[in-house]
Amino acid sequence: MSETAVVKSPVGDPYGSSRGDEDILRDSLFTTRVDEVVAWSRKNSLWPMPMGLACCAIELMAMVGPRFDVARFGAEALRFSPRQADLMIVAGTVTKKMAPAVKKIYDQMPSPKWVIAMGACASSGGMFHSYSTVQGVDEIIPVDVYIPGCPPRPEALIAGILEIQMKIASR
Amino acid sequence: MWLTLRHIFRPKVTLQYPEQKWQVPENYRGIPALVRDPDGRTKCVACFLCQWVCPPRAITIGATPVDGKVEKGPETFEINMLRCIMCGYCEEVCPEEAIFLTKEYELTGTSRAALIFGKEKLLQIGGVRPDAIRKWAHK
Repeated sequence: MSETAVVKSPVGDPYGSSRGDEDILRDSLFTTRVDEVVAWSRKNSLWPMPMGLACCAIELMAMVGPRFDVARFGAEALRFSPRQADLMIVAGTVTKKMAPAVKKIYDQMPSPKWVIAMGACASSGGMFHSYSTVQGVDEIIPVDVYIPGCPPRPEALIAGILEIQMKIASR
Repeated sequence: MWLTLRHIFRPKVTLQYPEQKWQVPENYRGIPALVRDPDGRTKCVACFLCQWVCPPRAITIGATPVDGKVEKGPETFEINMLRCIMCGYCEEVCPEEAIFLTKEYELTGTSRAALIFGKEKLLQIGGVRPDAIRKWAHK
């Protein structure tokens, strides 16, 4: 008897009795728009924490300079204090001596936070198959975007930042 | 103030990156890729020279016997782009001119596995490269 009752209920009616109050609330315009606005403002004002450990940091500086001008994407405010940053750009070889400092600085950054591993050394250890080098910074902190290259061009880093922006927008 | 005013009227130096691309020079070393000859054959013979010479040990080759006058060919050919430092030693050492550095410079990825390129992907990036000698036409 219960089967016939299900068939009788209106299938295509959005305000039918099959929908609870929670469903209607979840679909309501207001909460979705706030999420979108927050994601939009986050992605267009990334404040990078420049974790410049080696030569990749030179390209990182070039990215901020006038020729490549990352200010066009709102990420020009490089903060040397982790408390005011939300994007960590690990640029360079992470030695095992430096690893605890990188980890501590990552932990000090307020959430939500993202990490770019820039260059071969930070992504995988690069050519340093060595006792003293961390084989990729993702062994100690979670990485969102990897950028290969030794070092990558500033355009590649901008492409990585655009990918982070897409990731933030799609959350 | 005079300095600021003077700079306003100078030509703009900013490269509008995603829309406007950089003019890549002829000898630029981008990511490495395998090439085919004009007849569509894979030129690599799995001699392991590039794997041996690669400073970061980014190349991994698995050889397999093939038909014809060539002794062997690559069954798998993987380049870990995260390890690769684009030094060009593989291109320099290759006796068959099968591996070349492309002009690709804006590669990004979201995981390590996505940036380990296999043989098919490398051949796709490399494409066909015509050479004057056509050594492979006689094999």
